Amino acid sequence: MIPHLPLGQWVSDLIDWLLDTVPWLFDAISAVMQVLVDGLTDVLVSPPPVVWIVVFTVVALVLRGPWLALYTLLAFLLVVSLELWAETMQTLALVLVAAVIATAIGVPLGILAARRRAVSVAVRPVLDFMQTTPVFVYLIPAVFFFGVGVVPGVVATILFAIPPGVRLTELGIRQVDREVVEAAQAFGARPGQVLREVQLPLALPSIMAGVNQVIMLALSMVVTAGLLGAAGLGAVVVRAVTQLDVASGFEGGLAVVLLAIFLDRLTGAFGQRTALSRLLHLRRQTERQQRPAGGAEAGLASPGRLTAR
Amino acid sequence: MAPPVLRVSGLTKVFGTREQEALRLAGEGLGRDEIHRRTGSTLAVHDVSFTVERGELFVVMGLSGSGKSTLVRLLNRLIEPSAGTVEVEGRDLRALDDAALRTVRNEKISMVFQHFALLPHRTVRENAAYALKVRGAGAAEQRERADWALETVGLLERADARPDELSGGMRQRVGLARALAADSEVLLMDEPFSALDPLIRRDMQDLLERLQAELTKTIVFITHDLNEAMRLGDRILMLKDGRTVQLGTGPEIISAPADDYVADFTSDVDRTRVLTAGDLLREPRMTARLGDGCGDVLRALGAAEANGVHVLDGDGRIAGVARDDLLARALQEGRTAIGPRELVADHATIAADRPVVEFVHLVGRHVVPLGVVDTEGRLLGVVPRAAVLDALSAVPVRGRRP
Repeated sequence: MIPHLPLGQWVSDLIDWLLDTVPWLFDAISAVMQVLVDGLTDVLVSPPPVVWIVVFTVVALVLRGPWLALYTLLAFLLVVSLELWAETMQTLALVLVAAVIATAIGVPLGILAARRRAVSVAVRPVLDFMQTTPVFVYLIPAVFFFGVGVVPGVVATILFAIPPGVRLTELGIRQVDREVVEAAQAFGARPGQVLREVQLPLALPSIMAGVNQVIMLALSMVVTAGLLGAAGLGAVVVRAVTQLDVASGFEGGLAVVLLAIFLDRLTGAFGQRTALSRLLHLRRQTERQQRPAGGAEAGLASPGRLTAR
Repeated sequence: MAPPVLRVSGLTKVFGTREQEALRLAGEGLGRDEIHRRTGSTLAVHDVSFTVERGELFVVMGLSGSGKSTLVRLLNRLIEPSAGTVEVEGRDLRALDDAALRTVRNEKISMVFQHFALLPHRTVRENAAYALKVRGAGAAEQRERADWALETVGLLERADARPDELSGGMRQRVGLARALAADSEVLLMDEPFSALDPLIRRDMQDLLERLQAELTKTIVFITHDLNEAMRLGDRILMLKDGRTVQLGTGPEIISAPADDYVADFTSDVDRTRVLTAGDLLREPRMTARLGDGCGDVLRALGAAEANGVHVLDGDGRIAGVARDDLLARALQEGRTAIGPRELVADHATIAADRPVVEFVHLVGRHVVPLGVVDTEGRLLGVVPRAAVLDALSAVPVRGRRP
């Protein structure tokens, strides 16, 4: 017979050991997260909804154009009319904090993985593990380390959202034309210069696709985090499920979808030509054509240049 | 004499893990396939040696898989050599640490790439200034050098464009400008024109020839096109399976291919553009001088079964042609020495450096063979029609590639 391997017991022991050895670490993380989420929530919730609705609409207009602006306006007005504005902003705060931290961890890790084969080999199974582990399993250690409330929700969300940031960053850098990297090296660029001036700019569309995925995963996780008592739309949905309240469950779910579409379309614009940059480009060309000997055949640049995935 | 700008000796590259074993087998003369079968490693370049003098355009010619792209990257250590040395102006590149190597790459060796390898998010001017930016030069100097280089390649007016707004030929001009702006002595060109349309390629070859006449860089030019190699190269190194097959000038390679592989290539070359009058010229069977006896010359013509002869003046310049019928009439009319009245202008001349394509229509048109002359008009030799036909028809039938 094959003896039972007490893997689960070991993990449990490890968590106990960590709690006994470095409790201050978890307290510190907890405090920082709490401050970040509370602060951002305050900023989003305090002013009357119309202020942020105008801001979101303008941002959508600048980055993506009139159609997303129109969608943004209508979607958030609907959220207000459903009386879910405060919950939606709480969820947005949670998503933004988690996504920023997940990106701050994921992108550098992806860069490292692209440059060092050993890192890539070591990181890949960990990412597989993180992406396929059932969502609820994240919640257990999070509760052990950080109790209940918003912080374990954010931490679980961060862990859940990191993988696409790492993967798409690594992929993006690996896909940069080898000859262009060679050219930078051939003219004496240092490894750091090659990274900053060639690899990162050329991998940007892919990295931004990763950031977009990070945000979407974070949003899908925060609802689950509602189980831990994190405020926001997650709490609304969880309450509706436990009370079998179809009406408020539908409304909470709809608000999540509206927020998701807004964030996806907005961040999908990163790295692509935005309405703003198209405008700047056009101006640049007009200026050139007005100059005497300028390239008369300048023609419009192909807009489809930067599309990754 | 000054040392060569670039000296390469015993340069070897093995890709794979069992490098030492592969090197040993290569030293025993085993082929690339056999080495790969035994070690799993690939012998990309083996024991290549050559020197390039200042101002020389040195061509490395080979098919894909011959190791030429690896070879050119060994020259600036973009790929680390397995064995051998590369010396630039007497300095061994392999002895340099990373920082010193970067300085050499930045200041001494520039590279032009097959697919241009421009930064798509930078303007043409910023691309051209790249080496200076890496060097840490000031904005004014960057702009000045970049603009000079762009003007040299005829692209200054597009300095504010992005690479994706330019055609392929224009992009490679930017690639060339980037290399020129660095002001380095050595230019490595990795199949720079292979990705271009034939007409654009011709333009770029013209541009390179013009630049080389003005700037006289030391160039290592990689190509798989022997016509291009013959046209541009002062000397050509033929590479096959990572090894040197032949090293020589274009006409040397055409007229005496080292083996079937080279002969194969040369069969496809347009010989009329490679071979020059100088390559084909020979001693004239006979010449006459002003004042020679008409009777003597006529008898000599009869013995040589010729109908005319070049007549030279005291300095060796061609005064004209003496024809047998005119010589006979002169004798009948009592003139014994060749004078101006016996001469006709029934001949043509060509300079020694002109290719066959420029004089093929002149051979066989006159009673005397085509005269090859120096800049003073002195007769260096002649090119009979048979010599041209012989040179152009010397195609090894067996060697033709499918």
